[in-house]
Amino acid sequence: MGSTNSTLLKIPNVEVLMQETGFSPAHIIRLHDRFKALDKEGRGHLCPQDFGAIKELAMNPIGDRIIGAFFSPGKEMVDFHTFVKILAHFRPVDKDRPKEPNSPELINSRSNKLKFAFQLYDQDKDGKISRDELLKVLRAMLGMQVTEEQLESIADRTIQEADLDRDDAISFEEFRKSLEKVNIDHKMSIRFLR
Amino acid sequence: MEKINSFLSFKKSTECLCARVECKILRSHLLREMEGAWEIAFVLFQVWLSIVVGLIVLPAMFGVSLGFTDIYIKVLVKTLEWATLRIQRGQKEQPTLPSQSANGIIEKDDGSMEEEIGELRRSHPKNLAGGDFTMCDAFYFCKKGIENIVEDQVTQRFTSEELASWNLLTRTNNNFRYISVRLTIIWGLGVFIRYCILLPLRITLAVIGLSWLVIGTTLVGLLPSCNAKNWLSDLVHITCYRICARGLSATIRYHNKENRPKKGGICVANHTSPIDIVILANDGCYAMVGQVHGGLMGVIQRSIVRSCPHVWFERSEMKDRHAVAKRLKDHIADKTKLPILIFPEGTCINNTSVMMFKKGSFEIGGTIYPVAIKYDPQFGDAFWNSAKYNMVSYLLRMMTSWAIVCNVWYLPPMTRQDGEDAVQFANRVKSAIAHQGGLVDLSWDGGLKREKVKESFKEEQQKMYSSMIVGSDFHEASVGPA
Repeated sequence: MGSTNSTLLKIPNVEVLMQETGFSPAHIIRLHDRFKALDKEGRGHLCPQDFGAIKELAMNPIGDRIIGAFFSPGKEMVDFHTFVKILAHFRPVDKDRPKEPNSPELINSRSNKLKFAFQLYDQDKDGKISRDELLKVLRAMLGMQVTEEQLESIADRTIQEADLDRDDAISFEEFRKSLEKVNIDHKMSIRFLR
Repeated sequence: MEKINSFLSFKKSTECLCARVECKILRSHLLREMEGAWEIAFVLFQVWLSIVVGLIVLPAMFGVSLGFTDIYIKVLVKTLEWATLRIQRGQKEQPTLPSQSANGIIEKDDGSMEEEIGELRRSHPKNLAGGDFTMCDAFYFCKKGIENIVEDQVTQRFTSEELASWNLLTRTNNNFRYISVRLTIIWGLGVFIRYCILLPLRITLAVIGLSWLVIGTTLVGLLPSCNAKNWLSDLVHITCYRICARGLSATIRYHNKENRPKKGGICVANHTSPIDIVILANDGCYAMVGQVHGGLMGVIQRSIVRSCPHVWFERSEMKDRHAVAKRLKDHIADKTKLPILIFPEGTCINNTSVMMFKKGSFEIGGTIYPVAIKYDPQFGDAFWNSAKYNMVSYLLRMMTSWAIVCNVWYLPPMTRQDGEDAVQFANRVKSAIAHQGGLVDLSWDGGLKREKVKESFKEEQQKMYSSMIVGSDFHEASVGPA
């Protein structure tokens, strides 16, 4: 009857995983089932095509970038641990957890959530969103629905508003500052029902 | 001395003789006992068969219910309620969150793109000069994308519905751990009842039902065309489907019987499993539509088409849409023929939602009689996951479930209105069925589980977003998920 404990045992280093990410055993099991469901050929790791098979993700304008966030540069495989760790960015912030002074920052902290969003823009990972990168994201989200001029004016205005040190690019600090009033916890969190 | 020796040898030989005779008697005794055992088994089998025929088959022929199934269901419900209470008691330490949908594992915001992005932007002053874009807009797409990685709408509809509480079947036991000894005993008892008592009974009934179908329809087919033939054909069909339904312990409630499909019409229903045909045919006679199969299915197909006209297509004919449409049109034009039964989704869905209806059936014309079928998953999951199980293992799972309980709603007939094309008509019928059955109305194509997404869906998303940014043209959202 009870298959939960046996499933947990099958996952290597599951204790460490739960500690680092803060997911409960039930959540880990659900994510494991999902991982196995996506890994149709049972290889034990996922490749970009497995993500591409998710229909709703394929129709998301920045779907490719989201998929790219799972894979480190140069790697074409993601194992279960990495999968869970990346999804852990979207755990709701634990309001009750006491702040230990020397503990490493939680994966789902506000700052880390912002970093995740930042890397969707900053594809070459140089720590800055250049005008070019911004144009690329805009083109992805708007497709063929707007003209080149409209795109450029939008990009110019955005950089003008956010770029405080006038280097024609948006650094992570500037990114964070421009979004300081946004309710990141609500908008970048996914709650499990059970 | 010699006398003693001869006496001893005489004694030995008689002893040998006695031993041999004893052996022979024992052997014939055993044989007789074995024969006796066979006789007893044979008698038991006869008794069993006559009980089955007398209590189940005969009432089925006359549409009478002896009430066994009702009592069975009542007892089942009581037992499952007790089991649920026990599980809840055992799970008290876990806080229960409200579950929005029986199938969802993550909480999804139901707002539209405009609402969500609007909320995101509340902190920003609006600057209309360069278009309405803010960097946090990407958060909306990012969150949606991650939500879809954890759980997506399409694959969700092709896995069995998860129950809120366990129904004592191992196959539905996902989240429930070992609770108590008593529960395990009840579960063990349940296994015994289902596999050793119910399963043989159901297999017997299924065999009787199907063989009667084949034999009966072949016999009826020998008669010349007349009213009596039609009446007899209907009788044979209904009887067999009733026997098959008893063979699944099916309890079916029909609602709004006044809207039952009439001759010359097309009956349209949502598709969950091959059993849907048995469920619907218990209350009326339909002309089936389908591909010609080989094997047992082929035998059944060939025999039932002898007694009344069904529409069977060869595989090659299916590709020619005009030929298919023409045959169906001819069938419904003849008002003496039975209404056609079609499942426009084209594939089995897990009974929590209705997916895109293929427009082919709605182009033929005629009156559409929509029917909604909703199974109660508490007693047995009727969904056929054709990727996971083949037909035989599926039927075995059905026969070892507790029961099949379902509701069938007959909806008022619909016809295509002026100015409405086939796709819009199909969507209208689909919404009506989804609304009545309490199912989610999705625009996804059931065939998507096998194919790739069309680029047009992504364009839809881009159109919607751009209308918020640029705002000048308002793009009408056409068929596609929001």
